[in-house]
Amino acid sequence: MIPTNFEYFAPATIEEALQLLDQHGEDAKLLSGGQSLIPVLKLRLAAPTAIIDIGRIAALKQISVSGDTIRIGANATHADIARHAELKQHCPLLGETAAQIGDQQVRNRGTIGGSLTHADPAADWPAAILALDAEIVARSSQGERVIKATDFFVDVMTSAVQPNEIVTEIRVAKPAQPQAAVYLKVPQAASGFALVGVAAQLTLNNGKCEAASIGVTGLGPKAFRATTLEAALRGQALDDSTVSAAAAKADAETADALEDIHASGDYRRHLARVYAKRAVQAAAARA
Amino acid sequence: MRLAGGVLPKVCMCGTHILSLHPQRKEEQRVKISLSINGTQHEADIEPRFLLVHLIRDVIGLTGTHIGCETSICGACTVLLDGKPVKSCAVLAVQANGGQVTTIEGLAKDGQLHPMQEAFWECHGLQCGYCTPGMIMAACGLLKETPNPSEEEIRHGLEGNICRCTGYQHIVDAVKYAADKMVA
Repeated sequence: MIPTNFEYFAPATIEEALQLLDQHGEDAKLLSGGQSLIPVLKLRLAAPTAIIDIGRIAALKQISVSGDTIRIGANATHADIARHAELKQHCPLLGETAAQIGDQQVRNRGTIGGSLTHADPAADWPAAILALDAEIVARSSQGERVIKATDFFVDVMTSAVQPNEIVTEIRVAKPAQPQAAVYLKVPQAASGFALVGVAAQLTLNNGKCEAASIGVTGLGPKAFRATTLEAALRGQALDDSTVSAAAAKADAETADALEDIHASGDYRRHLARVYAKRAVQAAAARA
Repeated sequence: MRLAGGVLPKVCMCGTHILSLHPQRKEEQRVKISLSINGTQHEADIEPRFLLVHLIRDVIGLTGTHIGCETSICGACTVLLDGKPVKSCAVLAVQANGGQVTTIEGLAKDGQLHPMQEAFWECHGLQCGYCTPGMIMAACGLLKETPNPSEEEIRHGLEGNICRCTGYQHIVDAVKYAADKMVA
């Protein structure tokens, strides 16, 4: 359980890290908290010849709320996000999701940028990031680009981040009704990863649903927005039959469902519908 | 046995090869690191692929930190890094460069057990004891964040630590006992 040999770099700045990435190309891997990468290295599922440790770049660790925008540095750990008081106030979905990732040891090391880039189809962050319609900022030596959450997850373990890019920041617009949100998941008993996880962020007006934004993880090869379900809720009073009928469409956006020894594809679809209903009702109850 | 040229043979891990006959590997990069372990500053010259748990056990010789699953599931290797519990089998030693590590050996002071150690003793929080060092370090981290946890918070806080003997109830009791004692 020892990784293959690699050359180790610990750049102090983003610029230096980008230069190293350009130099080493696809042979290099970025290391942030290492909670996904180090197990992969130990199992020798990956054997990069260079590891660029961006975990010491302090500029990537900032969390700030100014005006209508929340900015979370890619190196912020799940624990940093879970306990951040301002985030609790302005966007509690972030902390609620962070607190359900892995276990306290993993949350103390693992980072939001690393987790998103890893794009595990059963990770928790994608559901929340999609429900919040977040933007992910990626930088290369050529400049910066902003990727919408809906374009970010490409396939199993594949995000839109290119080999010469570093995710620097996650941007979230403050939700109109921060409290009208929830992240619910069915954890796989051993690993804690989501068999299915549903994040919901609602906007309610006079008892009616003005807008619903629902992210689903664990079900398909990539996390997705449940847009059919969202449309079925828009403009509706959220009574039991409306929510049930809408939640029955929770899996409409994915043609493929993941299957493994823990849950069949059909069972995951069932869980997605049940948890979508519970999530919408729980978020509405909090508003 | 001596080989021609007086080279002492070293047996490969598979037990049948002689390492000096294996093809030469590319020379390994070595990194100098400096970190504090239980209040003592240590310097080490290591390969970057070296894990923190290997540094603690094999270089420093503190074997109280256990290796259980080695796949970052079981939590037996939990230590505090800069005051926070981490799984030392999922941290490269180079990542701890400049940091402060506390292991199970660093808890007792002047021959007095740490309240958490005493609590595991008093509440019978262990049977075989293999998970105990990790369990205690994780519990210490939990109490730093949440000094007076509910049973549910204790169970959530220790999700990263697996015990195959106790059924957890006595461990939960121990953490509660330690919390009461430390708050008092």
